Amino acid sequence: MVKVKVYITLKSGVLDPQGKAIEHALGAMEIHNVSGMRVGKYMEFYMEEKNPDQGQIEMMCEKLLSNPVIEDYSYETEEVVPS
Amino acid sequence: MQLVLEPNTNEIKTKKLYQEMGLTDEEFQLIEKILDRTPNYTETGIFSVMWSEHCSYKKSRPLLKKFPTSGEHVLQGPGEGAGVVDIGDGQAVVFKMESHNHPSAIEPYQGAATGVGGIIRDIFSMGARPVALLNSLRFGELTTPRTKYLFEEVVAGIAGYGNCVGVPTVGGEIQVDDCYKGNPLVNAMCVGLIDHDDLQVGQAKGIGNTVMYIGSKTGKDGIHGATFASEELTDESSEDRPAVQVGDPFMEKLLIEACLEITKCDALVGIQDMGAAGLTSSASEMASKAGTGIEMNLDLVPQREPNMTPYEMMLSESQERMLIVVEKGREQEIEQIVEKYDLDAVAVGSVIEEKQLRLLFGGEVVADMPVDALAEDAPVYHLPSKMPESFIKNQELSVQLPLIEDFGKVLKQLLQAPTIASKEWVYQQYDYMVQTNTAVTPGSDAAVIRIRNHNKAIALSADCNSRYIRLDPKTGGQIAVAEAARNIICSGGEPLALTDCLNFGNPEKEENFWEMEQATDGMAEAGELLNTPVVSGNVSLYNDTNGESIFPTPVIGMVGLIHDLNHITTQQAKQAGDFVYVLGETHEDFGGSELQKLLNGSYEGKAPTFDLQTEQARQQTVLKAIQAGTISSAHDLAEGGLAVGLAEKVMGTDLGLHVNVTGDNPAQVFSETQSRYIFTVRKENQEAFEKHVPEANHIGEVTSDQLFVIEWNDQELIHEKVEELTSAWKGAIPCLLKSKA
Amino acid sequence: MKFAVIVFPGSNCDTDMFHAIQEGLGEEVEMVPHYETTLVGYDAVLLPGGFSYGDYLRSGSIASYSKIMKAVKDFASQGKPVLGVCNGFQVLLEAGLLPGAMKRNEELKFICQTTGLEVVNPETSFTSQYDQGEIIQVPVAHAEGNYECDDVTLEQLEKNNQVVFRYLDSINGSKNNIAGIVNETGNVLGMMPHPERAVDRLLGSTDGLRLFQSILANWREQHAVSS
Repeated sequence: MVKVKVYITLKSGVLDPQGKAIEHALGAMEIHNVSGMRVGKYMEFYMEEKNPDQGQIEMMCEKLLSNPVIEDYSYETEEVVPS
Repeated sequence: MQLVLEPNTNEIKTKKLYQEMGLTDEEFQLIEKILDRTPNYTETGIFSVMWSEHCSYKKSRPLLKKFPTSGEHVLQGPGEGAGVVDIGDGQAVVFKMESHNHPSAIEPYQGAATGVGGIIRDIFSMGARPVALLNSLRFGELTTPRTKYLFEEVVAGIAGYGNCVGVPTVGGEIQVDDCYKGNPLVNAMCVGLIDHDDLQVGQAKGIGNTVMYIGSKTGKDGIHGATFASEELTDESSEDRPAVQVGDPFMEKLLIEACLEITKCDALVGIQDMGAAGLTSSASEMASKAGTGIEMNLDLVPQREPNMTPYEMMLSESQERMLIVVEKGREQEIEQIVEKYDLDAVAVGSVIEEKQLRLLFGGEVVADMPVDALAEDAPVYHLPSKMPESFIKNQELSVQLPLIEDFGKVLKQLLQAPTIASKEWVYQQYDYMVQTNTAVTPGSDAAVIRIRNHNKAIALSADCNSRYIRLDPKTGGQIAVAEAARNIICSGGEPLALTDCLNFGNPEKEENFWEMEQATDGMAEAGELLNTPVVSGNVSLYNDTNGESIFPTPVIGMVGLIHDLNHITTQQAKQAGDFVYVLGETHEDFGGSELQKLLNGSYEGKAPTFDLQTEQARQQTVLKAIQAGTISSAHDLAEGGLAVGLAEKVMGTDLGLHVNVTGDNPAQVFSETQSRYIFTVRKENQEAFEKHVPEANHIGEVTSDQLFVIEWNDQELIHEKVEELTSAWKGAIPCLLKSKA
Repeated sequence: MKFAVIVFPGSNCDTDMFHAIQEGLGEEVEMVPHYETTLVGYDAVLLPGGFSYGDYLRSGSIASYSKIMKAVKDFASQGKPVLGVCNGFQVLLEAGLLPGAMKRNEELKFICQTTGLEVVNPETSFTSQYDQGEIIQVPVAHAEGNYECDDVTLEQLEKNNQVVFRYLDSINGSKNNIAGIVNETGNVLGMMPHPERAVDRLLGSTDGLRLFQSILANWREQHAVSS
């Protein structure tokens, strides 16, 4: 069994209003050494196989978990012992 | 670094790279003649967007000229950001409708959201506070996962933007037909309120005045035409590809407040939003209108990404940006205002005497073009047209009388058709109450917004039955205007003026252009006779997928004035015992009807019977009767005809309805003959009402038994529980969206 | 009586609140921007609805760090009335002036409709003009109104009679159908429904007006005693 960790991020160049507002708020809290704030999503789930089909994970990412028009994804897998 | 990728003038000309930006050989030669040299890459890009149909109306302009554009109430017709119409007391409404069809097909949430954002900017850049949004949406049948996804995301995008920005979404319409399957239509309308004295114009007057930039930074959003340049790039460098525009309603809300405060400051000379073709169109249009030029230093333009080229900056469609012209030396006053809203105003250039748009970058002139050539001198095309065979065939087709066995069942099926079904699932996602002026909420014929501190209100509607227009574009065009006006009348308002969004297929197909000619003819005639001039609008062509064009869909947005809050009228029946009247005779009009779609799955024959003179006379009669206080509820008959219209009067209430109608063929209860109304009238008002509307037929009574009964020539035709009709009507859209395709 | 309406960047029910006080209640009211630092001179503070900072990160989270919020906390600690409506409620939660948090609505959609509310506690300074168990009609308009708190807090809220309004129907998934709560001392009320949208017969309901009348009546009572 593996744990799959998927990171969804906005494509670079796509405006991130949320990241911008958060960075601005940090500035209002007198924190000024932070830049380039971008907000993404993190998802995790388990797959039964020890070596799951990478193609399936990518298909899931492209078709559902991310919106390929504006988002990129990356993922990592980690072997876990079923409890 | 990217500068090296830009082709030189020789390559642009010899490789005909301008073609990929949408310019023809003739247009490119014309540009060379205007400039007296070959344009560089940036200039070619700028000409290509300014001469696009979207900015120049080069293919639709001859048709737009037919529209009536002036009238006693019109303060500003087409030409500025939006139309302006007087509503008395020194106040005016500012409104416009615009399409965002193609962006919504690519990324429905952001496409719809940025469509809403763009139309709101058109309104507040005139100095008006946006007070209402409407939208007109069209999708394919809600049976495929893709269509459902488009539908849900477009609604979510409109909600996400409109709710956040604090402008109520109060009305609109939705039509479902498979011609929109690959090419949904997303048209957004915004209405603003202004005192005459505060009206702004987008002009760059006063040589030496400062050009300032306010709002979001410029990114590579929505830049087109760079395809050939990317040949030299690899597929992996996706970050260099044009990015989908993302809306930031929070920024827009700050911009609204900041700009409305700026418009009260007399240091302001002119203001315009950066819509399509952003910096390019706002700068050249403001200069052209004022008879001046603008010089801008692109190094000063706030940029979201490093290494942006002049081409990218000038063609960027980044959202939430405004360009203003300020009196020289008074820039600080503007800076102080925008600072309060956590925004920056940056001086990027100045107004110059020569009528040129001159752009500096890295100390060099990178573009230098006459502003009039950009804004005014796009070539105008008179496209050929041809009457389609299908039109001739449809005109010759004799009336097909539908055979119906179970009228109650058919009524329920019609109530479940997405075009007729309750749109509660949609409008519950919109904040239609914010600003606390919405006197009539979504679901009635027109939305009503009261004008605070005055005994008056405005009525708003959006309409277009494209099925009629497909069958008979001229009659259909007339009907579209008439129906929008009828909805205003039913709410107790006097129609004042209209805005339109002309959605058509590829105009280079002769049949399509014929439809455009005919439909706009019909609209112009109706606008003239109903005294509702066209004060603003937008054209969206090339709505085709795989060679199939959408139905011609010129959507009408109308604004009316309710002179007294007591005149506000809604469509729902009010109390048991009230009398039910129908106004207008019914013919066998099934061409393009919802019934025809239900029974045949397609449309054929003639558009419904329609006579503009009758329409106009009846509108006047009905409005006077409402203003005299004789009518309790009013509703016009549209899709689904009399049976559906009557059901709409009682669904969602605890009332019933019992009527008896006479005629030749019972299927006529679903006929869509135009210029018909149904009313409920209190018993004590019977005499007064009949005096005002002698033509109306007393057909029955509102009851308390919660039963819906229609008799045909004294024989029971439909007998249903109102509750069951309501649940069919309200449940249809949620059910379609949930069901697996 | 003088009311303050706090304006955060992205507030959009601030003018509605203003009109409800000025025209509906007929009392004095001023807008106070988020960058101000004092609330001296005001008798009640109203945090309006809207999308402060675009609802980015979490609704109300960024606004809860605004400069004015320190003054709001001081104001509340003096026992003076503070009302947060919709986004204002979310700000009060994020600022720790009220317990709990908001999740997205159960159906994951924005919901705008006039809703039936039960007045659970008519004893507060915000509800004295209502009857126990009275059903009132007040609009809601939110995407994140699904009230969440741990079981201990929930038990406390119920035991202390801190639940002031409850939805008649479960519209958003809120625990115990909670629509509005007060703090332990009863002077800070947060509610998702918009009373300021229910003060004018033309727009439907006037059931919200009595909430503002309660604040006024309570203030007059105190004022009469102290002067």
